[in-house]
Order: sequence, then C-alpha cells, then structure tokens
Amino acid sequence: MHLSPDQVVLWRYGFINLNATIVTTWGLMLVLSISSLLITRRLETELTISRWQCGLEIVVTAIMKQIEEAGLRQPEKYIGFLGTLFLFIAIAAIATIIPGYESPTGSLSTTAALAICVFVAVPFFGIAEQGLRGYLDSYLKPTVIMLPFNIISELSRTLALAVRLFGNMMSGTMILAILLTIAPLIFPIVMSALGLLTGMVQAYIFSILATVYIAAATREAKA
Amino acid sequence: MDSVTLIAMASIITAGVTISIGCIGPALGEGRSVAAALTSLAQQPDAAATITRTLFVGLAMIESTAIYSFVISMILIFANPFWNHMIAEATGK
Repeated sequence: MHLSPDQVVLWRYGFINLNATIVTTWGLMLVLSISSLLITRRLETELTISRWQCGLEIVVTAIMKQIEEAGLRQPEKYIGFLGTLFLFIAIAAIATIIPGYESPTGSLSTTAALAICVFVAVPFFGIAEQGLRGYLDSYLKPTVIMLPFNIISELSRTLALAVRLFGNMMSGTMILAILLTIAPLIFPIVMSALGLLTGMVQAYIFSILATVYIAAATREAKA
Repeated sequence: MDSVTLIAMASIITAGVTISIGCIGPALGEGRSVAAALTSLAQQPDAAATITRTLFVGLAMIESTAIYSFVISMILIFANPFWNHMIAEATGK
C-alpha cells in the first residue's frame, strides 16, 4: 500500500526514476492536447456542427460563465490558465475509471506544482492589469501594518491549495486500498464513486479559488 | 522501554488521536453550514443554484482542516521519518 504514485517506479536508469506520477501526467497532457487539436481542426459556424465541437463549446462557455460570475470581467484573458487547471484536475479524477490508473494529483509533487503555478499567476495577472506600482500597493491595503499578514496569507493559501487537493485525492485512493483488503465486493465500488464525486468537486474548488485570488489581485482599488 | 518501541507507540497513538480530534470541528461546522443552507433554500427557492454552489464550495473549504489532520495521520502510519530512521539504523548495524 503506497502513499502516492511517486513510490511506484516503472523504469530506472542511474538516478533518473520514471514513476507512475510522471507517466500519468504526461499521458493526461497528451490526451488533452491531441483531443482538442483534433476537435478544433475544422471549426464550423453553421447551424449544424459536429458533436465533438458542440461538446467542447459547452465546456468552454460553461467555464467562461463561471469565471465571469466569480468576478473577472474579461474571462478570455484568463480562461487559458484557469480552464486548463480545471480540465487537468477533472480529467485526472475521472480517469480513475480506467483500471490500474492512479490520479497524479494524489502525489504532493503534482499538487504543489499546480499551487505554485497559481502563486506565480496571481502577481503576473495583477501586474498585467494594474501595473507594478498598483499591484504592490494592494499589499499595503487596508493599512501598512497589514503588509506581513498579507504576505503570510499569500503563502498559506498556496500551501492550503496544494494540501487540500493532495489530501482529498490521497484519501480516496487510501480508503479504496484499505477497503479492498477488508470487504472486497460491493463497498469499494461505492467508495470509488464517492472518490469520483470528490475529485470533480475538488477540481471545481481549485479553479474557483484560483479565479477568486486572481480577481482579488486584478480588481481596481475603489476610492 | 527502548527508543524504537517508544517511537512506534507514540506514532500509533498520535495517529489515532489526531484523526479523531481533527474531525470533530469540521463535522460540527459542516452541519451548521448545511442547516443554514437549508433554511435559506426554504426561504428563497429561486436562488437554489447559487445557494447550492456556494454550499459546496464552503463545505470543501471547511473539509480542508479535516484533510490536514488526515494527512498527518497517514504520514505517521505510512511514511514516518522517525520510524524509517530507526529501521535504517537497526538494519545498518
């Protein structure tokens, strides 16, 4: 029983390890990129469009609407980052249907990487929107004394993002592994369905929190 | 009692206590938030979509602290650095 897919080493050469996390992450990246490449190759704008294009449009417009509702007025600028975040974590969770697959977000390395991406993206979008001066001034709001607390809160919410996603995914796989040794017939299937649900909820939570943080950083300071 | 036994005992007991105490607070908080959501759903059924979405987001945030305790408990049982160090020392001798 392993804690995370980091410990499943598939290939070793010297000190280079190819563990299950890396393989599944790259597999997911390939699946997402190739499928979207194939679907968007010939986009049609008539009344009847292909089913795949329709499905993709549903996904993209739903994400755009969510981003707009969370407070970002021009979702086209941010949907590349936020949409990819949501789709990666969601597909990583759904693919647990495939036997022998373990979600790469069950490893602290992957979730830490995603959280660091959000940590870097917030000042990036904030400076792009408000300029360096405007963004740094937002750390001094509401008073100058809050500067260390604002910095600490930035770091702690990054940590919270990483550990929340890792804990939820890891607990799903761990409960499944324990139940398989205790009551292997029906109960693990129920827990697997619960794991799918929490995976989707956590994907939504991760991207909505990233959206809210970016919205807070790009919001114009009201007088 | 030598240190190896002491470390094992402390890890096992702490793992159990961590997860049991760590789940009390979030469970109470989630119960209160669902009760408030049900009340507001009864008062304003038109806003059901917003209320339900906000409820789930809030529940996931509250769940985080329980997850932190669970992670510590799992680390103590399965990836305990002190135990690994002791085992490495014992087998190295």
